[in-house]
Amino acid sequence: MRDVAIIGVGQTPVGEHWTTSIRHLAFEAASHALRDANIDKVDAVYVGNMLSGEITGQSHLGALVVDFMALNGVEALRIESACASGAAALRVGYLAIASELADLVLVLGVEKMTDTSGRQTTAMLAMAADAEYEVSQGISFVALNALLMRRYMHEYGWQRQDFANFAINAHANGMHNPNAMFHMKISPEAYAQAAMIAEPVGLLDASPVCDGAAAVVLAPARYAHILSPAPVKIRASAVGTMPLAVHDRKDPLTLESARLSAQRAYKQADVQPGDIDFFEMHDAFSIMAALSLEASGFADKGQGVRLALDGDIMLQGRLPTGTMGGLKARGHPVGATGIYQIVESVLQLRGLAGPNQVGNAHLGMAQNIGGSGATVITHILEAMDE
Amino acid sequence: MEHKVAHDWRLRGQRYRLEGEVCEHCGNKIFPPRDICPECHQPAKKPYTLSGRGEVYSFSTLSSAPEGFEAYAPYTVALIKLAEGPMLTAQLTDVAPNEVTIGMPVEMVTRRIRTQGEDGVITYGYKFRPALVAHAQ
Amino acid sequence: MNNGHIMHSQRPVGIVGYGSYIPMYRITNAEIARVWGHESGPIKEKAVAGLDEDTITIAIEAARNALVRAAIAPEELRAVWVGSESPPYAVKPSATIVAEALGATPYLLAGDMQFACKAGTEALQAALGLVGSGMGDYALAIGADTAQGRPGDELEFTAASGGTALIVGPAEAALAVCRGSLSYVTDTPDFWRRAHEQYPRHGGRFTGEPGYFHHIQAAAEVILEEMGLQAADFAYAVFHQPNVKFPMRAGGRLGFTKQQLAPGMVSNTIGNTYAGAAITGFAATLDVANPGDRILLASFGSGAGSDAFVWEVTEAIKERQSRAPKVADYIRRRAEIDYALYARYRGKLAM
Repeated sequence: MRDVAIIGVGQTPVGEHWTTSIRHLAFEAASHALRDANIDKVDAVYVGNMLSGEITGQSHLGALVVDFMALNGVEALRIESACASGAAALRVGYLAIASELADLVLVLGVEKMTDTSGRQTTAMLAMAADAEYEVSQGISFVALNALLMRRYMHEYGWQRQDFANFAINAHANGMHNPNAMFHMKISPEAYAQAAMIAEPVGLLDASPVCDGAAAVVLAPARYAHILSPAPVKIRASAVGTMPLAVHDRKDPLTLESARLSAQRAYKQADVQPGDIDFFEMHDAFSIMAALSLEASGFADKGQGVRLALDGDIMLQGRLPTGTMGGLKARGHPVGATGIYQIVESVLQLRGLAGPNQVGNAHLGMAQNIGGSGATVITHILEAMDE
Repeated sequence: MEHKVAHDWRLRGQRYRLEGEVCEHCGNKIFPPRDICPECHQPAKKPYTLSGRGEVYSFSTLSSAPEGFEAYAPYTVALIKLAEGPMLTAQLTDVAPNEVTIGMPVEMVTRRIRTQGEDGVITYGYKFRPALVAHAQ
Repeated sequence: MNNGHIMHSQRPVGIVGYGSYIPMYRITNAEIARVWGHESGPIKEKAVAGLDEDTITIAIEAARNALVRAAIAPEELRAVWVGSESPPYAVKPSATIVAEALGATPYLLAGDMQFACKAGTEALQAALGLVGSGMGDYALAIGADTAQGRPGDELEFTAASGGTALIVGPAEAALAVCRGSLSYVTDTPDFWRRAHEQYPRHGGRFTGEPGYFHHIQAAAEVILEEMGLQAADFAYAVFHQPNVKFPMRAGGRLGFTKQQLAPGMVSNTIGNTYAGAAITGFAATLDVANPGDRILLASFGSGAGSDAFVWEVTEAIKERQSRAPKVADYIRRRAEIDYALYARYRGKLAM
């Protein structure tokens, strides 16, 4: 095993790309990443994507991407793990280099979600849940999160408004991210008055449907400084799982997969939660943010909301989260999200996050959650000093 | 999305009458059936039909339904903790959203889940409703 | 055996379990009258199936209640017959779905019967024959409907949703033993619905005397006469009830008092549940019956015909009454809806 570093990053703006197809989104992000890494060839391409076959009728993205990048002949695979597809692709790229089977790897996350109607997209996203015992009952992802949020509020005595800062913080951070989907500040009143989509989940608790692509280039850490002026080392890459259906989990309010994934990552990096300078968490829904903070060791069980309430998650706080807007404001192009998290983490560690720069950012953590939590992938990244 | 007929048909025992399994090693009741006990990890294939009694663990009412369920919106989905232990996901029926509470006793009924268009197959399955007061024990 | 018209089984048989189901939604006749500009309607209100209900779901719950009362294993059923004018499928048996939901498959007869409002008792007669011949020990007969009247038509005031299931078994296990039954059938087109049509047509007042009254009275009179019984020999009588007026008048002509009819008169509060109507009245009567009570049941189905039955309630009734929800429990479970929701629930909105 050898250490792996990120030597280049690229992204497209997140939004409704009516004029751009999935192949061109992928091409744009990948080109940026290769240019950033200052290379034009790789040994392998891994594409994280959840729904291209269902939404655009285009499966087989690995071959498509290398074809459109004029990289024909290169190893290329599409990797799918629901909303964690991006981080899953990074995991595969990481393994390829760590195992010395490849030297240069392009990892891409891409999702085109706006080519179907809202109801169709909702139904397709639900494919990440248990088709036979959840989706068959008319459940949606919003509904699954609503079930968790209501129970969480019931068990721990939180009010809906206590979650407001998750959305407020995300939107505040998104203001200064040119690639974010939303550039609008929201107030506690706006959160309180947001339309309900599945009580207690309101519109501002949920991340938007959107298009986007992000890419990173990986190389062996020992060559990273030769290839890049500001490489970032992957200190840990870890996957945890738990039952696919919420109802099959012993305690639905514990993200056991996130706990396993985070603990494995901490162990691999030999760090503690307190060492993490910022956390790109998977705030697809406010409740997921709270559960992720708890499972990752940043808050006690039932107290994840307090980090939002007390402002700990803000840029100046104890544990800045969603520093470039998170899933709520940057957007959640599902299969690309995990790579956006990594790209944004790299920008923070390079000191290139602009007005959103976290002070003394040295160690960052990104966590990508698949489905309602059945797959959770955690990466810990570290700035590589000369 | 459209389902092939066989997709629902093979699940009719579970859908129509909560046919699950019981682990012969540890006695754990299993629903949905998975042929392996999630508690003791031993093979568990003995059929066991659950009573259909339980209580609401959590719930939410969807005003915007996924494709295929639009005709029934708004409807309430819930996590139901069954009396025998397992939890499942199901719709609540015959109850107004503002009457549902966590802990509310419910019982299984077999209802229409969805139809595949006007000329397609009708899918029936379990839903839960507030337990009838007069239900004999 | 006998030279009369009464049908007797080879071995004594009876009802071992009964159960009903009535959807919880109600629309009042006043509300329907408001929409169409009428003064009032023939009954107080009728039961309306919800969005996720149909004849099959109604039949399933009624049958589950019957199974609980009978305390037999579903696999012991040798027949499940569903009588209805509103089966969800034109082709594909409702009965196989019901049987599967009960856990009664696969060794049984299963089929749907069609005879307007008499379909439920047609199934009951067949069940008496099957068990009475010894071909099987238990047979389930169901009458259930989600009947629809054309918007604005007089039938709309009464066409309702609900049903009842009756399990026929050996007399020694019965809560009500069948002492005899009779069927009276002619070709009388008083009410019909052509294929692919959503709503039925009817002959107006022709449905009355030549239809309902002639057939019910003929069936009831003959069964009483041939069995040497009179109205006064019965604790209760139940007639098909498309409204309140018709069964009261038919009962009166046959010599029955209001008190004898009262427990089985459910049409005022649930409407006309078509194939479920007479037998839901019968189930409501069994809910209050005592051992030794004699009950006359006479259905009517357009097209036209009547099935008449003489039942004698046994000691087994008392314990079984409370094993499952009673008709009155379902009548009490009530959520009133307006015409707009009713139109949505019953598919009357063109989408």
